[in-house]
Formats: sequence, structure tokens, C-alpha cells
Amino acid sequence: MPSKNDLYQKFVEKAELVSAIVTNITNEDEALRYVIDLCDKKEACQLLVSGCEADLSAKAEALCDTKQKKVIAAPGLKQDLYKKLAQGAEKAGFECIDKGMRDHLAGVDIGFTFAEYGIADTGTLMLDCPDEELRLATMVSEFHVCVLPKSKIRANTYEVEKMMLTRMKKTPDYLAFITGASRTADIERVLALGVHGPLELHILILED
Amino acid sequence: MQKAHDLKEYRKELHESLDNSFLRTTLDNFAIAYRAGRANAFKDMDVRGLINDIACSKDAAGENYEALYKEFKKNAEAAGVHVHFAKDGDEANRIIARIAKDTGCKKIVKSKSMTAEETLLNHDLEDAGLEVTETDLGEWIIQLRHEGPSHMVMPAIHLSRHQVGDLFTEVTGTKQDSEIEKLVKVARRELRQKYVEADMGITGANFAVAETGGIGLITNEGNARLVSTLPRVHVALMGIDKLLATLHDALRIIKVLPRNATGQQITSYVTWITGANECLAAEDNRKEIHYVVLDNGRSELLKDPLFSQVNRCVRCGACANVCPVYRLVGGHKMGHIYIGAIGLILTYFFHGKDKAKNLVQNCINCEACKDVCAGGIDLPRLIKEIHARILEEDGHPLPSFLLGKVLKNRKLFHTLLRTAKWGQKPVAEKDGFIRHLPMIFSKEHSFRALPTIAETPFRDWWQKNQPVVNNPKCRVALFSGCVQDFVYPEQMQAAVDLFAANGVAMDYPIKQSCCGLPVQMMGEIKASKDVAAQNLSAFDPDAYDYIITLCASCASHLKHNYPKLVMDKPSLKLRADAFAAKIIDYSSFVNDVLKVKQGDFAQTGEKATYHAPCHLCRGLDVHDAPRKLIETSGLEYVECAEEEVCCGFGGTFSMKFPELSAELLKKKLDNVEATGADTLLTDCPGCIMQLKGGLKKRGSAIKVKHIAEALSGNKK
Repeated sequence: MPSKNDLYQKFVEKAELVSAIVTNITNEDEALRYVIDLCDKKEACQLLVSGCEADLSAKAEALCDTKQKKVIAAPGLKQDLYKKLAQGAEKAGFECIDKGMRDHLAGVDIGFTFAEYGIADTGTLMLDCPDEELRLATMVSEFHVCVLPKSKIRANTYEVEKMMLTRMKKTPDYLAFITGASRTADIERVLALGVHGPLELHILILED
Repeated sequence: MQKAHDLKEYRKELHESLDNSFLRTTLDNFAIAYRAGRANAFKDMDVRGLINDIACSKDAAGENYEALYKEFKKNAEAAGVHVHFAKDGDEANRIIARIAKDTGCKKIVKSKSMTAEETLLNHDLEDAGLEVTETDLGEWIIQLRHEGPSHMVMPAIHLSRHQVGDLFTEVTGTKQDSEIEKLVKVARRELRQKYVEADMGITGANFAVAETGGIGLITNEGNARLVSTLPRVHVALMGIDKLLATLHDALRIIKVLPRNATGQQITSYVTWITGANECLAAEDNRKEIHYVVLDNGRSELLKDPLFSQVNRCVRCGACANVCPVYRLVGGHKMGHIYIGAIGLILTYFFHGKDKAKNLVQNCINCEACKDVCAGGIDLPRLIKEIHARILEEDGHPLPSFLLGKVLKNRKLFHTLLRTAKWGQKPVAEKDGFIRHLPMIFSKEHSFRALPTIAETPFRDWWQKNQPVVNNPKCRVALFSGCVQDFVYPEQMQAAVDLFAANGVAMDYPIKQSCCGLPVQMMGEIKASKDVAAQNLSAFDPDAYDYIITLCASCASHLKHNYPKLVMDKPSLKLRADAFAAKIIDYSSFVNDVLKVKQGDFAQTGEKATYHAPCHLCRGLDVHDAPRKLIETSGLEYVECAEEEVCCGFGGTFSMKFPELSAELLKKKLDNVEATGADTLLTDCPGCIMQLKGGLKKRGSAIKVKHIAEALSGNKK
């Protein structure tokens, strides 16, 4: 049996191999500070990577215009934690939402979530998201920041199988393994991050 | 998509690929990077064990597919999903078009699905007045270009960034440059509005799990998550081959699929959908989900005792990744819709004989696909079997028919070879090569010099020179194969020399003939069976400790195919099993059984490199023995790049596709010359014929020898 620390180290090693940005935190408040700081530092619209000056078709352009302010989406967060995050966001001049993701399909800056499990042998996060708001927060955000309690790291997918089955049999369900940022190598096999989903995945490992 | 009517047209199409230098470079880089990436991804894992487990679970699922479908349907329906069964592609497309109509959907976003490619779903939906947008980047690109995928996992691998840049300029109506990072972002933003507008999402499924009634989707881009979340209706189209009994079966496949496909440990996203989950765009906040489960010839396949193993395919595309022919010509030429080795097979069953008949001949039988297959499918064998079936249906072309006739009659065959020795006199050079190509060859064959028939065949030499070995350590039978018997008898003589010196008593059953692989390669299964029966009666396996052959192709054919070829004849089958068990290749025998020592050979330190014959390294899984023997024989072994990649001989393949054979040989010889070695060793006379002939044409001074010659030559 690998020790808790072995699993943790393996998880970090594997997650970093697929470009996830891993940080250790000791409490949830640290996670909130991390999110606010990150949102503050990032470009207003990460899609600027291509430059808004790089012309798009009129329709695609119009969708981009719907986004005026930096947005942090944190559906499914515990009430007290969400309240603290919203306060912090407001102070920093960001919008904070926990629902209404469909009004933000042009993209939000940060999606903030908690993972149910971590899978060490591939550096994978497991998120169960039957709620659409939570699901979308992990899909349309430019950065996905996810807290993973250290105690929830398992060796491999077989060790979460039973739990997955329980969820799946209590349908309907929508469950995801997330490993690194969204990626493609469809053009000349050159790796590019953030094709449809997040451009960056930040994992905050919570000591518990 | 494959359109050629005959082999001549097909060869013309292949030429187009050979002339496409971008495609060639991309596929070359990919092939080399893939090999390293895959090895790294599987490091420290029991790959064979895992593949075996997958094969077993997929086989069980195939046998049980009706019950699994019932269970899957029951569980899915209990969770609010509609499940449909479609017997063929047209029916599947009709069902999906009807769902769109019934639900009032107009705009569709799709996540990549090979099954939808198979049924040509987009065409039918567009004909029904629907707007369909592919969201997988590569798939969107080829949709915009009105092409089919050229790789199962990387559908647009045949295109350059400049082509994509030009395409996106057209699509957006404004100039786009060709920087990949930017092109990806353009696609991200252009496609995002398509998701927003769509009312229906269509995906495939990597898994249909019976015990949950749910599906699993594997993607890197995350588009399947958006496609299955945003629109109010979700349709998943999947073949019955996607049915699995348990979630565990699926989790096991995930361990192999991404590693085999792209060298990734896992893809960015694996999505599990069970039941009509929440959808805030729907009236009752519930997504309307339909699963369309497709047969389209799959159940027929499952009933076939040989071809049922095709059900194990998990669509990782690895068989294309390692195929030397795919690497030369790309997926549009090495497949119809499904590409690579599995593509040749599926084309026959899903798209018909006419689409498959040229494709199946383009397999060089190097077994690289079989070696890498996530389901352990014997792909080369199935391809040959399809070739044979097509010949049965369409009639046999004259050359293969004649070769079959000749090989079935050993005496006629050997007389022809002896006659050829006289016939070649006017064109034969003293150096063992034919000066001009005989009339039957066109100029495409001039990439290599051809050897002359030997003055004295090995069988004649043997009758006068067979050594007497007193107090033998073991007793063996020699199987020469026709090339060493009639073209390169010196290789056999070298082996006899070393064996006699090491106390090996030898016998050469004189009634032996060609192993039969050439006719098998041409799809002449009947002739192949007859030849096998002849050889089996020529050898009494009980009389020997080993049956040795210096030809890797013969060895692999005798060992693996003979028992299968005589399967329907019980008494012969027993003999074939005993025979196969005694077969051993030269290098394994000398290194592992005789255990020759470095001290017995003059240490010259001359640099020698190695070419690993396909049928030795993959056919017989022999890797270390020949390389150790090179060192033992007193030479310095220098490793060659891509040592285990095919030299392009492939027996009759090089006759049928000389242009492809020439290209494979060119790569091989470039790598050989880059080692700076003086000698190139290998252990297959077919490879020697190819390599020697190619080097001769290049005017190279590198000597090509069988390992047996190196050992005998340096023997103290």
C-alpha cells in the first residue's frame, strides 16, 4: 500500500506532466485568496492570446463582446465559502456568480470548484457534476481552479470505481475525469492548450 | 475515401501521396515520435497482460452482445434515455434525422465519432435541412474541406498549418496567419457560438456500459462535454462493439487507449453520462437523450469464428501509427473511412468488397500492427484472409493463380528454378546479380538489383557434402526455404559448417519445398494449405530435437500459420503442432541452445549493424539473440536507427507495389549508411535480397550477410 504521501507526490508529478499548475494550501481561505490573485493578474480576456484584433466572423465577434467584466464562477460552493469569495471578488472589481452560466458562454475568467477525488497514477481530478452550472463552470472558464483535499487522492481509477458506480446507478449523472487543460494536437501534431475548455488548470491541494 | 476501381488506378493514387512531401515529412516525424511516446507511456506496465485482459473482456462482450444490449437498454431507459437499434447506417441516420424533426431541432453540433463517419451521417442530416457543425478541431477542418479523416485520432494530420490558415481565412472572411496557437484560438471562438446556437448535440461513445446504462466519452479538447451539455437534445451513436459488461472493463481500456493512441497516460477529459441529466435549456430542465446503437454488419462479424476478434478494436488508431505503408501514403490511401490495418478489414465488412479489394493488397505483412494492437487482434492474418475471400468471389488474377499452381507442385517448381539458372546466363554477372531486369519487370523495379539463381542449389550440395557428426549433442532438421536453397545456398552452408563444429547432427529432408508464404501473401489460401501439407509430410517432427530455418519469414510462417492452415484436418493438425513446436530460428538456436562463446571466433572488431526482419522481431519475438551473436562473432555491433522497421521486401508485395517497396528500402538504407558500419547483418534471405540489391544499386561498399555467414567466417 503506498502511503498518503507517496500518492500525493505521484499525483503532483503526473499532474504537472500535463501542464497542471499545482499549489499546496493549508486552508480554504488560502484557496479564495489564490483565486482572487489569479483573476487579478490574468488578462481581462485570455482569448486575447490570439488578439481581439485578429478578426473573427461577425457572429463570433459579437459573442466576445457580451463579456464586459472579469467573471469568477463558483457554482456548487459551500454557502459560507461562496459568500467570502463573492465579497473578495467584489472588492477586487470582479463579478462573482454561482448560477446563470448560460449567460456567460463567451467564457468566464475563472471557474472555481472542489474535486471529489484525485487519481495519482495519471494526475487526474474526478468531478461529479450532475448540476449543469457546475459542469459549465469547468468547461467555459479560461482558467479552472480546483481544490483537491489531500486525503482524497487515490492510487488509480479502480479505487474510485465503487463510488462511481454508486453515483451512476443513482441516475441521472454526469461525471468527469479531468487531467490537465483542454488540449489539441490536430494541426501538425503541435500541442496547443485551451481549444474548447480551460487554457489552464490550477490544482490547489488542501492539507486535511 | 477510396475511389480507385482497379489496382492500376490505386497505384496512381498512391503516387500522389508519395509525391506529397509535406505529408511524408509529417508522417515520418509522427511515426518516430509515436514510438518513443508510446514506450514512455507504457513504462513499467505489464502491457501484454493488460492487452490480453482487454481481449478477453471484449471477446466475452462480443459473444454476449445481445444480452448486454438488453441490459444496457433497460438501465438507460430506467434513467430516462431513449434507446434505438439500427440495423444499418441508413437506418441510424434516418432515426437521428427523425429525432431532430420530432424535437424541432435545426442546428447540430457534433463531437468526433468514427461511427458517424461510417454511416456518412452528416450528408443525410444536411439533406434533411439541418445545419451540422463538427467541433473537434481536426474534424471541423476536414468538414470545411469536404474531406474524410485521414487518421482515426488525428483526422487532419495530412494538412499543414498553411492550409489551415488559408481555410480559416475563407471561413472568417478575414486574413488569418498560419501560427498554430492562433488558429486554435480562432477555432475556439468561432465554434463557441455554434455551441450556443445548437439545439442538438451528437456524440459517439467510447463505451456503452451495460451495468449502468451509461456511456463513456474520451476527448482531449473537451468538445464532447460541451456538445453533450449545452444543446437540449443529445444523441449518441455507437456500434454494438462499444457494449461492455461493466464499468471496470471500460476503466481497463482507458489504461491502454490513450497510451496507444497518442502516448498520453490519459486524455484531458473522460466523461461519463448516465441518464437524462440536467439541462437548463430544456423545458423541464431535463436533457432529452437518445442512444442509437448500430449493427451495420457487426453482428455478422461476431458470428464469424475468425473475424469475431475485430470486435476487440477500441479505435485507438495505433495500427496506423506503426504501419510503414500508412507512413508512406497516409490515411486517404490506406483506408476508405476507417484507416490503417483495422481500416482495411472494416472497409470490407462495412463498405463492401469493391472498396476493399485494392486496399487489402497494400499490406506488407510486417506485423507491426498486430504487435501494437490494444485488443491483440491478428490484423495481418485477417487482411490476408479478406484478400483470399475476395479472390474466391472475384476470381484469381493470373499471376497469383500461376504461382499457386507452381508452388503446389514441388518438382515443377524446382525444375523451373533450375531452368531459370540457364535462362539467366545471358544477363548474369559474375558478382551474383542480374545485369538487366528481365522483361517481366517494369522500370519501377529497378530500385534494386536482383540476384542470380545459384550455380548449385543447396539441396544438391547437401547430397554430396553432408557432414558426419559423431556423438552428436542434438539432432536437427534443416528447412532451407526456396531463396536459400536456390539463390543463397552459401548461407545454409555457413550454418552447416558451424553446426557440424558444435556437435549438431543434421538432416535435410529432400522433399521439402517452399514454405508457402508467397502464395498466402497473394491470398491463394488453397495453394498455401497444399504446400503446408506437403512440407508436413516431408518432416517427421519426432525424429528431431529442433527444426531450424535461417529464414525468419519461413520460421514464423511454419510456426504460427501451419497449425492454422491444416486446422480442418485433425491428424495433420497434431503433426503440425508437433512440427511448429520444434521450429526455431538460426540466431535463437545458436545463441540460446548451442550457447557459442566469443573465444571460438576471431575478434576482428569490424563494425557491423543489424536489420531486424519483421518475422523475427515481431513474428517470433526474437530480439536479443542476433545482436548478441554479432558481438560473439567478433564484430562490433553498432545500432541502426529504426532497426525493427520493415525493409520493404515483403515478398510478393515488392513486386506488386515497387514504388512503396523502394521508398521503404531507401529509408532503411539511409539509416544503415548513417551507422558507418562496414557490414550489415540480418537473418532473413528475403531481407538480404532487398538490402543487397538496394546497396548494389547505390554503389555502396557495405557488405550484406546472414548472421550465419558472419559466425562461420570468423570461426577459429
